[in-house]
Amino acid sequence: MDNDDTITAIGTKPGEAAIGIVKVSGNKSIAIVDRIFRSKSRKKLSAIETYNMIYGHIVDKNSDIIDEVIVSVMKSPHSYTREDVVEINCHGGLVATEKVLELCVENGARIAEPGEFTKRAFLNGRIDLSQAEAVIDLVRSKTEQSLKIAAKNLQGNIKNEINKIRQEILDIIIQLEASVDFIEEDLEVTPYHELEKRVRVIEKELEDMIKNEKRGEIIKNGIKIAIIGKPNVGKSSLLNMLSRKDKAIVTSIPGTTRDAVEEILYVEGIPLILVDTAGIRETKNIIEKIGVEKSLRHIDEAELVIMVLDGNRKFDNKDLQIIKKVREKTIICCINKVDLEQNIEMGKVLDYFDEEKIVKISALKGIGIEKLENMIKELVLGDGEINLEEMIIINKRHKNILTEVKKLLENARKAMVEDMSEEFPCCDLREAYGLLGEIVGETVTDDILDGIFSQFCIGK
Amino acid sequence: MNYDVIVVGAGHAGCEAALAAARLGLKTLILTINPDKIALMPCNPSIGGVGKSQLVSELDALGGQMAKVADKTYIQLRVLNKRKGPAVQALRAQIDKKEYEIEMKRVLENTENLTLRQGTVNKILVKNDTVTGVSIESGLEFKAKAVIVTTGTFLRGRIIIGRKDYHAGRMGEYPAMNLTNNLISLGFKIGRFQTATPPRVDKRTLDLSKTEIQRGEEEPVGFSIWNKGGIRKNIECYLTYTNKKTNEIVRKNIEESPIKSGMVDTHGPRHCPSIDRKVINFPEKTRHPIFIEPEGENTNEMYLQGLTTSMPPEIQQKIINTVSGLENARIIRPGYAVEYDYIIPNQLNFTLESKKISNLYFAGQINGTSGYEEAAVQGFLSGVNAAQKIKNRPPLILTRDNSYIGVLIDDLITKELIEPYRMYTSRAEYRLILRCDNADIRLSGYGKNIGLITSEQYKKVLNKENKINEAIEKLKSIWINPGKTTIRLFENVDTKLMADTSLSAYKLLKRPGVNIDDITGLLNDSNGDYDKDILKQVEIIVKYEGYINRQLNEIKKMEGLEKYYLPQDLNYFDITGLTYEAKEKLSEIRPNTLGQASRIAGISPADISILMLNLKGKLKKVKQFGY
Ligand SMILES: Cc1cc2nc3c(=O)[nH]c(=O)nc-3n(C[C@H](O)[C@H](O)[C@H](O)COP(=O)(O)OP(=O)(O)OC[C@H]3O[C@@H](n4cnc5c(N)ncnc54)[C@H](O)[C@@H]3O)c2cc1C
Ligand SMILES: Nc1nc2c(ncn2[C@@H]2O[C@H](COP(=O)(O)OP(=O)(O)OP(=O)(O)O)[C@@H](O)[C@H]2O)c(=O)[nH]1
Ligand SMILES: [Mg+2]
Repeated sequence: MDNDDTITAIGTKPGEAAIGIVKVSGNKSIAIVDRIFRSKSRKKLSAIETYNMIYGHIVDKNSDIIDEVIVSVMKSPHSYTREDVVEINCHGGLVATEKVLELCVENGARIAEPGEFTKRAFLNGRIDLSQAEAVIDLVRSKTEQSLKIAAKNLQGNIKNEINKIRQEILDIIIQLEASVDFIEEDLEVTPYHELEKRVRVIEKELEDMIKNEKRGEIIKNGIKIAIIGKPNVGKSSLLNMLSRKDKAIVTSIPGTTRDAVEEILYVEGIPLILVDTAGIRETKNIIEKIGVEKSLRHIDEAELVIMVLDGNRKFDNKDLQIIKKVREKTIICCINKVDLEQNIEMGKVLDYFDEEKIVKISALKGIGIEKLENMIKELVLGDGEINLEEMIIINKRHKNILTEVKKLLENARKAMVEDMSEEFPCCDLREAYGLLGEIVGETVTDDILDGIFSQFCIGK
Repeated sequence: MNYDVIVVGAGHAGCEAALAAARLGLKTLILTINPDKIALMPCNPSIGGVGKSQLVSELDALGGQMAKVADKTYIQLRVLNKRKGPAVQALRAQIDKKEYEIEMKRVLENTENLTLRQGTVNKILVKNDTVTGVSIESGLEFKAKAVIVTTGTFLRGRIIIGRKDYHAGRMGEYPAMNLTNNLISLGFKIGRFQTATPPRVDKRTLDLSKTEIQRGEEEPVGFSIWNKGGIRKNIECYLTYTNKKTNEIVRKNIEESPIKSGMVDTHGPRHCPSIDRKVINFPEKTRHPIFIEPEGENTNEMYLQGLTTSMPPEIQQKIINTVSGLENARIIRPGYAVEYDYIIPNQLNFTLESKKISNLYFAGQINGTSGYEEAAVQGFLSGVNAAQKIKNRPPLILTRDNSYIGVLIDDLITKELIEPYRMYTSRAEYRLILRCDNADIRLSGYGKNIGLITSEQYKKVLNKENKINEAIEKLKSIWINPGKTTIRLFENVDTKLMADTSLSAYKLLKRPGVNIDDITGLLNDSNGDYDKDILKQVEIIVKYEGYINRQLNEIKKMEGLEKYYLPQDLNYFDITGLTYEAKEKLSEIRPNTLGQASRIAGISPADISILMLNLKGKLKKVKQFGY
């Protein structure tokens, strides 16, 4: 294989048309992207740790900004292809993404042949499971759980964190196992109620990690926010105000917006994909009808929904119909047009929304917009500050494992609460220990017995 | 002098091996250094314990001897972990040592096809990488189709007491000095371990009033499921503790301890540390339990469990006399350590046949294990497999998911040993389903297929299994409606449990606080009452169903890997994609199956996938006994 060959291609996430990913793989990939990337902090890609991501701009040779992006770096051999891999998450739509790809090529990468990334993965010693369907079934259980390779990817914080949790679980297992296998020894093992507490602490830590992982996903893919409401309440006006652009057409005619309009807005480097939808109402107009159906689909896909009510008008059945459709979602309720006379019955609105989820705005005059932005930020990012430089990507499978581990810990704790014999909580804890081991690339060994012998005075 | 099978050594492994082979109709010779010492217990006079008891039950279900002899010769029986779940409960028996030896020898001598003979084997005879027989020190040769080596602690055995050492197999017994070199010349890799035993004292010199009395079970229990009897004997044991003075004496004389003086530098079992080591490693602990156990019913010799030491005898005496109740104790035999050769067990297959030399088997302590039970199950397995092979029948392969024996064998041939291997329940990842109480259901089908369990015996087991299933189905079909007369059946049950809606008896049994006794009234009908045994199984299966199913699912996930044999002549260095470390490890251990390969330290799931890709079509299904 030609080692100097660095390949690149666009891989767009299905269903996420707004975000295009330019992947670059090969030993020059970091150098190539460094030439076209300017991070906010002026940090070079070559200087960041593997599996970190960084926010900044792709620029052309005249230093003109092409797109606002988030770049992740996965260094060899801990990547899908086992080569240095850089992924550029472009948020400026297809044109910008293609421009970024072009820039990569200008700087020395070659456009990949179809399937070439996978081919490299195979040639570099990572298996190509698609070639061996029969094998998959046999290995799945093992491989899927273990992820030993992906495991090696994890660096720094997360790996340390997981090892710490793992050690703590092992300590608890040791206490439990010692009292099973060495009952005759009369050992002073830690009682259940204390172990329970320790398990609970681990659960909390896992929860935090899982949350963090979600933030990582958000940073990479952006978060979709649907603006919905009856026709003419001011949805398009709100989109324009939030994005400080005149993208959506605004008229006083109800039913103006027929097709969804998307706009990406960065809040502290995090892409928010705002979608202005067609006002939802019964309609005979075939075009509008399609628009309404699309609106409903956008609601489905959105992580957050902004429901716009017209403060100038009375709260009516049509508003209620829409509210019913979005009940399951995270919602902010905007009462628009506060600059006009207010005829809306707040009492009725409060029946459906918590007070802290309601914000009064004027999309026309810009009143209350800052407050709305803060509410969005809070809901999307949670309480903690996000420090992009330190964010570490955990992949979906790791997240699934952590979630599974948390469930196992809950089980173990439940068994202790019910005062079941030690081998039962052990059953859960050992599985949890094994799963975590597979994230960090270690499988179960004789750790348990070693632990017992070093902690307890065994021997009759 | 031609035999089918020759067993070298008449310890716990050798006896089971010889009995199995002979009972399977093979002309069997058992050679041993001293026929006065058959199945001797050189250390604690007990059989069973947590993890070990499971081994004994499994051996019994397969048609082995140990459980039966133990049941005939115990002097006290106790159930351990009584308050814990069924999977980790265990039997522990105090055994009358002499009686055990006598009984085992009687069984050997009265088994058809079996010849017992004195002789110290010095050479394994081999032709074309296949065993042909053995020779003994006197020069005699015996021919055989298969040879099973079960030499225990005897290979280049070296006893150490204080600063003295000399060659011996055990205290007072000749060592086997020449066999090791022969094994090395045959290409075997050899390691060296150490083990030790505490002093024995004269019961008449003890003040037992200062100790706690330990009694056994009153309820009839026993190891063997085939012949259940009442309680045989219930002789007392005693418990006392060491104190600060004990630690002081040990510390003052610690330079005399072989582990300090350098007389012993091999690894011993961590579960049986000497008092010397306990004081060194846990100096703050000054109260160690000492169990005083009779070596038999008709002897005054008492075993001091917890006081293992191989210090000079006069210091042993001082240490003992610091302990409450032992102030005037007189030593009959001092404690000692023994160092011996073992073969690195990863040179063996699942059948315990050596990979290098056909029809040569190894079993027991020579494989790096420790303990009578561990030795016995290996002996049995090797005896059966030698016989099966000679008869051209498929081997008996036990696996991690069906038995502790499987766990033991798999660990031995896969993992690196750092100390003599002892069984624990924590070693068995599927322990919730590998219980003593279901050993018969798990394994007697194998015993029957091999021919060591009779059809009548097996029928009993099948019957039990059917009854259990029948009872569970019945529980599912019985609905309990609150307020109805049925409630009267549940005088002991917290009625709040049933106050909600109607539920099946099966669901009710799952609830914490409800046990099988509470609902037995519902089960028994005109067809008669269910046995206690069966009810207990029903309770376990219903109550722990969730956990049991989880383990069954895990087993399913691994099944694909366990089912396929890896070709033994594979050149792992030819396989592209494997890491160098994997190639080395796999070449060294030459795993029998993909499952075993996956458990080798340093082998990643990716390595296993690559193996599978490369060996597609070349993997053979494991041929073995099923039901
Ligand atoms: C001092 C001492 C302390 C121990 N302490 C413990 C302990 O703390 N915990 C524990 O679990 N286990 C302990 N054991 C180990 C336990 O005794 C053994 O694990 C068990 O007996 C092994 O059984 P086996 O059948 O493999 O070998 P053994 O019972 O040792 O039997 C070996 C047999 O082979 C015969 N033999 C040997 N070489 C030859 C030859 N060349 N030719 C013919 N016959 C031969 C011997 O005469 C003997 O009959 C101890 C053993 C000793 C000696
Ligand atoms: N006074 C006042 N007028 C507003 C405000 N927001 C929107 N409008 C007006 O309301 C009318 C409808 O605004 P749009 O933004 O097009 O409403 P829409 O919800 O997108 O409507 P459809 O696309 O038809 O569903 C326009 O005439 C806007 O100028 C506001 O805050 N105050
Ligand atoms: Mg609009």
